[in-house]
Amino acid sequence: MATPSHRISTIDHRVNYAKFLWRALSASTDGSWGFYAVMTALSVVALVGANAWAQQLVHGLATTNMSDHVSWGLYIANFTFLVGLAAGGVMMVIPAYVYRDQKMHDVTIIGELLAIAAIAMALLFVVVDMGRPDRLWHMIPGLGRFNWPISMLTWDVIVLNGYLLLNLHVVGYIVYQRYLMRRPNPRWYVPFVLLSIAWAISIHTVTAFLYSGLGGRPFWNSALLAPRFLASAFIAGPAAIIITLQLVQRLTSYMVPDGPIRTLLQVVRVTTIINLFMLLSELFTEFYSGGAHTASARYLFVGLHGHAELVPWIWSAVALNGFAILLLVQHNVQSRPLLMNVGLVMTFVGVWIEKGMGLIIPGFIPSTLHEVVTYMPSANEWKVTLGIWAFGGMLYIVAIKVALQAFAGELHRSIPPPRRKS
Amino acid sequence: MGSRVTRRRALRVLGASLGGSAFAYAVAPVAAFVQATNKEEFLQQHYRELTEAGLADVLRRLEAETARDYGADVSIRDPRPLPDVQFGYALNLSVCIGCRKCAEACHHENNHDRRTNNSYIRVLEMTQGTMDMEQGRADYDHAVPAPGKYYMPVQCQQCENPPCVDVCPVQATWKEDDGVVVVDYNWCIGCRYCEAACPYHARRFNWHKPEIPADEINPDQAYLSNRVRPQGVVEKCHFCLHRTREGRLPACLEACPTGARVFGNLLDPESEIRWVLANKRVFVLKEELGTNPRFFYFFDT
Repeated sequence: MATPSHRISTIDHRVNYAKFLWRALSASTDGSWGFYAVMTALSVVALVGANAWAQQLVHGLATTNMSDHVSWGLYIANFTFLVGLAAGGVMMVIPAYVYRDQKMHDVTIIGELLAIAAIAMALLFVVVDMGRPDRLWHMIPGLGRFNWPISMLTWDVIVLNGYLLLNLHVVGYIVYQRYLMRRPNPRWYVPFVLLSIAWAISIHTVTAFLYSGLGGRPFWNSALLAPRFLASAFIAGPAAIIITLQLVQRLTSYMVPDGPIRTLLQVVRVTTIINLFMLLSELFTEFYSGGAHTASARYLFVGLHGHAELVPWIWSAVALNGFAILLLVQHNVQSRPLLMNVGLVMTFVGVWIEKGMGLIIPGFIPSTLHEVVTYMPSANEWKVTLGIWAFGGMLYIVAIKVALQAFAGELHRSIPPPRRKS
Repeated sequence: MGSRVTRRRALRVLGASLGGSAFAYAVAPVAAFVQATNKEEFLQQHYRELTEAGLADVLRRLEAETARDYGADVSIRDPRPLPDVQFGYALNLSVCIGCRKCAEACHHENNHDRRTNNSYIRVLEMTQGTMDMEQGRADYDHAVPAPGKYYMPVQCQQCENPPCVDVCPVQATWKEDDGVVVVDYNWCIGCRYCEAACPYHARRFNWHKPEIPADEINPDQAYLSNRVRPQGVVEKCHFCLHRTREGRLPACLEACPTGARVFGNLLDPESEIRWVLANKRVFVLKEELGTNPRFFYFFDT
């Protein structure tokens, strides 16, 4: 390994990396009064959530409104949505690395950081849904009994943690190299970035298979579920990134080029339409053929046996997505930020409803014995949920802050003393 | 400049300590959870990996825990599957009157939570002329049998091909050699994927710690069946294996006033269940799902 880089690689990474982490921690707790205000507010919400979860741990999941009939609720709904959000970053990676869009390349890290924050939240939602989080170690291969490859849940554990590690590696490596004021070596991250493209598709597909593989739940037992997951993921992810890019532009000194926003907007325009088309295909199949296996869809869209709790909920999702399409297809929408952002927020919320509660709850209503037992989240469930979102928000903000400071050259290792002669 | 930096640093230290103590305060209730568990329970191996001595220790510990938490003196055994036995169950829909005595017997036999009146059996009141469960109701509240109705109790079907076992991420549930699907309540992580996967609504989750008065606890218990379950784990019908593996009949069968229930060894050609399967028009629930139940329904006439 007597390459020219040999001399540089004698840097003691143990010392430097520890210093880097310390400096990053320091940078992430330093900022304007606005930054402190936002972080304090998010901390308060996160702590309320932590307290609600602690209560749940002691008193059991009876603190939620889930039941043996509707055995998954708001937590798993948010988990499902967040898995989709996590893969949104791939819509930056593909243009940047496959089509070599240099401007996109410069901001791809935002997508990767979104993936990290979203997966962290998704994993937290799984943990808070568990009856016995103290037994998590039963899942560790070797220590416990990991039911792989039979259980789709074990596949999900692998792909989600793998995706988290891939993104942590890529982001961590690039930011650390920037801190060292060195050019990242493509050998150490490009293969992982390319792998993350396929991996991003897999996290949705496997999560969709969790549900679509259950023969006893006709609402989920559809081959269209995985494609619909992908389509809606590629709405929510890019929408969140476009909004983030604008905030970065406004709140930091980092220069965000126009190109990436244009590209991502094109993606959202296409995926919102594909998503609506797939929804129509499902609705047609469910309602034209009729029969008992369509009971869940009837419960969701028109109500069943006098129960219609989710009907306004799902129609607002359809309306939000529909209006968002009308706004976003305007050819000059990018020059009218208000219009664009309203459209993006609408479709983001629309997907959150549709791929959250709108997907999970009807799977259980009516139950497998065709009983209609309804579900609305309890106050404690909302607290835990908002707490996790607040925690994820803090993670996202801090990660972007540190990464962009390193990119701008504001966070770097102290200049070493003049080199001694070797 | 120096003083500003110091002030800022002081603020950050203050913020960090405030945040830290707020966090400690927020998660303080966790201490109660930690106290309620113990090292032996936390480190306990999977049922199928326990040695004979290890299992004996676990059974004694669980008995002590029941004495401590419920004030009841119980004995917990671990009866194993009998050789050349495959359990099967059949139910005569022509004579079932929907009295729910079976569900009640299950409730008491299996130490179910009193507050929720839990049971592994749900009785559907069906309308004559249809087998569509959507026309059925489980929450009927009137004298039975009602005219124009028939009754269909549903419990775990002990499927040959159980979807609940496939989906479990930690193998906390499996099919025993005599065909009974069981749960290791001390291994289950409480993810409830099995509950979503089951097409028969056979599984129950312990949303809170079961509440049972000491004098109502059935002390005749087994590890894989009716011992008092911990909070946060899934449970299900086990064909009363603490009785049936010792030659007795399930509690739900003994409680049935009309003799609608037939239980036995499918491998024994002389058994009543074999006679029913050979001579009655038998069907299983949701046959199209391919789960291949061990629980059969039939009409007498």
